[in-house]
Amino acid sequence: MITTDILIIGAGPTGLFTVFEAGLLKLKCHLIDALPQQGGQCTELYPKKPIYDIPAYPEILAGDLTDKLMEQCKQFEPGFTLGERAETIEKQEDGTFIVTTNRGTKHQATVVAIAGGLGSFEPRKPLIHNITDFEDKGVEYMIKEPEMYRDKHVVIAGGGDSALDWSIFLSDVAKSVTLIHRRNEFRGHLDSVEKVQELKNKGKINLITPAEVVGIVGDDKVKAIVVKQAQHIEKEFEVKCEHFIPLFGLSPKLGPIANWGLEIEKNAIKVDNSLDYQTNIPGIFAIGDVNTYPGKLKLILCGFHEATLMCQSAYKIINPGKRYVLKYTTVAGVDGFDGSRKEAPKAVVKAFD
Amino acid sequence: MFPHSWKLIMEQDINITIIDRDGVKHQIEAPTDMAMNLMEIVRSYELAPEGTIGICGGMAMCASCQCYILSETELPEMQDDEEAMLSEAFDVKENSRLGCQIQMTPEMEGLEVELAPES
Repeated sequence: MITTDILIIGAGPTGLFTVFEAGLLKLKCHLIDALPQQGGQCTELYPKKPIYDIPAYPEILAGDLTDKLMEQCKQFEPGFTLGERAETIEKQEDGTFIVTTNRGTKHQATVVAIAGGLGSFEPRKPLIHNITDFEDKGVEYMIKEPEMYRDKHVVIAGGGDSALDWSIFLSDVAKSVTLIHRRNEFRGHLDSVEKVQELKNKGKINLITPAEVVGIVGDDKVKAIVVKQAQHIEKEFEVKCEHFIPLFGLSPKLGPIANWGLEIEKNAIKVDNSLDYQTNIPGIFAIGDVNTYPGKLKLILCGFHEATLMCQSAYKIINPGKRYVLKYTTVAGVDGFDGSRKEAPKAVVKAFD
Repeated sequence: MFPHSWKLIMEQDINITIIDRDGVKHQIEAPTDMAMNLMEIVRSYELAPEGTIGICGGMAMCASCQCYILSETELPEMQDDEEAMLSEAFDVKENSRLGCQIQMTPEMEGLEVELAPES
């Protein structure tokens, strides 16, 4: 059981900034995210794209914003459960909550802050009639442990960056890598495209385009996939493989959170915006893109504001009756849970001779 | 001399038809002077639930705003990133486009589109 003060669901910009604001109040945070890395949409969808409306940053890349938020909160030692989706929540008699992930990891906290953005990113599954029969039996929609492909025959389908990057990476690990895409053109960073071309020329990646995977062959495990190729004459053939990895991007879904008894409107969680962004269940807050209230704007800067106010309320729930007044970091400095201290340099007091 | 009224130089709204995912036909007016694209028009009229359209914000990176063009209206040519996204999307037809890549202009009067299924 992982225990913490505030359990944050979603490690995007709003969730990461919550760690900092909570830390100033000496509250410890743990974050759960369905993606294997921090940053949410910013790192999953557009890490190399600029954002222009972060106060004081005329321009910052989404990936860099994530790095800076991680650096800003690191002295408060947040814990992370990554690559797992928050599945159920149970209120305990002592008022705390236990949140369990799809992998069975349990987390206990007094306050739960849902900073889930558009929801958890679920892989988009290609329309192959028997694909669900082979999930975790050779079909994987995400690569979590590249080692499991060592010395295996692997087929990757897709035409974007992740299909390209994983084909490159696995060409060194797997026995064979076949990349299948509906078009002859791929979309990705120039260096990835060039690298795949180079590996294709060396015979380390077997490229099949324009083609589609239309079926999977096997009994209880993937043995081969059926490919339909449409160049010149249409033909169908099998490619032997032990793993088939369709990489067609991710699409966010509100997911299990929708069944937690929270008031939902327009695919978002209704909160009290006049006070602290608490949901209809006391002790559960929703901040950032995942919440809604009159006049809501889905902006990162709004998420930061909501996180800050939410932490004040969380403090009162976790420390009932305990006094506190807002301190400015310039005056009070920042005391990390790791023993570090940041503070403004003292002014020099000295008379001139 | 009369003061120059900004309203006089404001571009006209255009009339377009959007068939939503339930097959309901909506005749709506779309502004052409606010740099809005078709995906944003759909969102502003709430013709598809929030969170099911325009997920990537309009970067041609998610295909949640895919639509089928039903009229003969001349549209901006497809750029590489839109074409690449559509080649990975599901339910793609000959007349598929991404709504976020279609900026509203006065020339699009009479445009008729159907939203593709959610995926």
